Amino acid sequence: MTLPVGSFAPDATFVQVCYIVAFSLFIFGISRGTHPTTAKQGNLIAAAGMAIAVAITLALDVIGNWGLIALGIGLGALIGAVASRRVQMTQMPQMVALYNGVGGGAAALIAWAEFRHDLSLGGAIPLDGMIFILFSLVIGSVSFWGSNIAFAKLQELISGRPIRFPGQHIFNGILLAAILAGCIVLAADHGSSPSEGLFIALLIGAAILGNLFVLPIGGADMPVVISLLNAFTGLAAASAGFALDNVALIVAGTLVGSSGTILTLEMSRAMNRSVANLLFAGFGAIAAGPEAGEERPVTSIGAQDAAIKLAYADSVVIVPGYGLAVAQAQHAVKELATELEKRGVQVNYAIHPVAGRMPGHMNVLLAEADVPYEQLREMDEINPEMPRTDVAVVIGANDVTNPAAKNDPNSPIAGMPIIEVNEAQEVIVIKRSLSPGFAGIDNDLFYEPNTSMLFSDAKQAAADIAAEVEGL
Amino acid sequence: MPLITEITIFVLAAFVGFEVISKVPTTLHTPLMSQTNAIHGIVMLGGLIVIGFADGGLDKVIGTIAIAFGTINIVGGFMVTDRMLGMFARKPRPKPDEEAKDDRSAAEDGEGDPKADENAEAGEAK
Repeated sequence: MTLPVGSFAPDATFVQVCYIVAFSLFIFGISRGTHPTTAKQGNLIAAAGMAIAVAITLALDVIGNWGLIALGIGLGALIGAVASRRVQMTQMPQMVALYNGVGGGAAALIAWAEFRHDLSLGGAIPLDGMIFILFSLVIGSVSFWGSNIAFAKLQELISGRPIRFPGQHIFNGILLAAILAGCIVLAADHGSSPSEGLFIALLIGAAILGNLFVLPIGGADMPVVISLLNAFTGLAAASAGFALDNVALIVAGTLVGSSGTILTLEMSRAMNRSVANLLFAGFGAIAAGPEAGEERPVTSIGAQDAAIKLAYADSVVIVPGYGLAVAQAQHAVKELATELEKRGVQVNYAIHPVAGRMPGHMNVLLAEADVPYEQLREMDEINPEMPRTDVAVVIGANDVTNPAAKNDPNSPIAGMPIIEVNEAQEVIVIKRSLSPGFAGIDNDLFYEPNTSMLFSDAKQAAADIAAEVEGL
Repeated sequence: MPLITEITIFVLAAFVGFEVISKVPTTLHTPLMSQTNAIHGIVMLGGLIVIGFADGGLDKVIGTIAIAFGTINIVGGFMVTDRMLGMFARKPRPKPDEEAKDDRSAAEDGEGDPKADENAEAGEAK
């Protein structure tokens, strides 16, 4: 079965050195990610580290089944390359969720294979090895299925709204306890042929838990879930590294664990909710929406009025939301901004931390449309400037501009930091209808006296206004 | 390698991770996430190792899928990050009335990277 690769079997120290080089390149690559001009290079550096790690592993003398390795790598590289070329920037969160899922799936499968290998060697597995195998199995499986559900929700294959059933938390709690109990039984049996049936039951139990864990979480909270699952997969990889005594896996997995944890905390801070609340409260399910049927007056305007307001302003802040991305309006909005800048209007973009469907997503979408990096302003930076802003244009954003987050303590989004567009002199909201956003609640902003609504598709509206501005 | 050494490495790596990643500005979090995502594809090395032991049909299937999954994670992750960062790296055409801004961006390219520091601070202050 195995090819005679023993002819070049690198010695153990050399292999370790290569792994050290690889993870140093990962760290260096990530540290270059602080600015767009260096980040691209940083990514290539990290990729080079990965190439070294894979190459030296392939040279190990334990490597066999070359045909299958070639098949796996070929298939994976093809799928990965095609998917990453084809994916649209709006679909980036789903893509990351999917990649994250396959990583978790790989960790779980490797744990299973390692378990079977240890069994075939006579059945006794060292306790520490067993614990890491189990950790990798459970977390990897949760991450795989959780990420797939996150993907399906974001891709709208299933409803983005929270899906819940009575007693879900209790059921999940019991399931988690059962999984832990199974792990303890297997770990206790580590010396004498632990049961593979139970092992597979754990794999399936963790899969169910992964599904049930993400299903009740609303689409708006997906950024947090994806970061958290990213951390999980990292830890599963690190754990596989412990089980296989591989230092590259330990370091790389841990780095990702840290990064996912930081991003998760930062996201939840941006929503002013605890991670536990995000994961277990089932956002949107609380929104009773008593005033849903209530009619309140709004001011509606057309593209021409909007153009006049904008063209004679000194400073304009554009607040993009996910609706902008859905309508593929980035380029049209950039055109509008260019027209305004020609007239000497100062244009900035106020980006809420959760403006897209993952942290920093909106920035990618605007960068795609050639918006200069310097004009992308973060929420904390732009909010103090809002009272001095002549016109704030909200395009396809909703919940992140809802003043109820500040004013109404009973609102489901109470306390969430918002872009304070209501502080601007005038607000133009471009939106198809008055329908609520992802959180499923009405936006008080629409009914403010200084707010004008422009009911239209984001792309169409931006193009129309730009044409009107040009004609002025 | 002794377990305690591995745990030492784990703890140190966690701290390094926190340090390095907290310096990345919010603006670049999506590419960061997709890059770190690609990095955990390193779990694929585990697949390469375990498939060497594989004898039975099931072992081979598990190993091959694990390698394919890990490779999708690595190749897709790095490629898509590269694509995203390519968009940020595109130099905006300088306009005459934006001299001031250009100076600022020129300063950012230097060692100090004031914008990034500013963002990091803003992140901590939240």
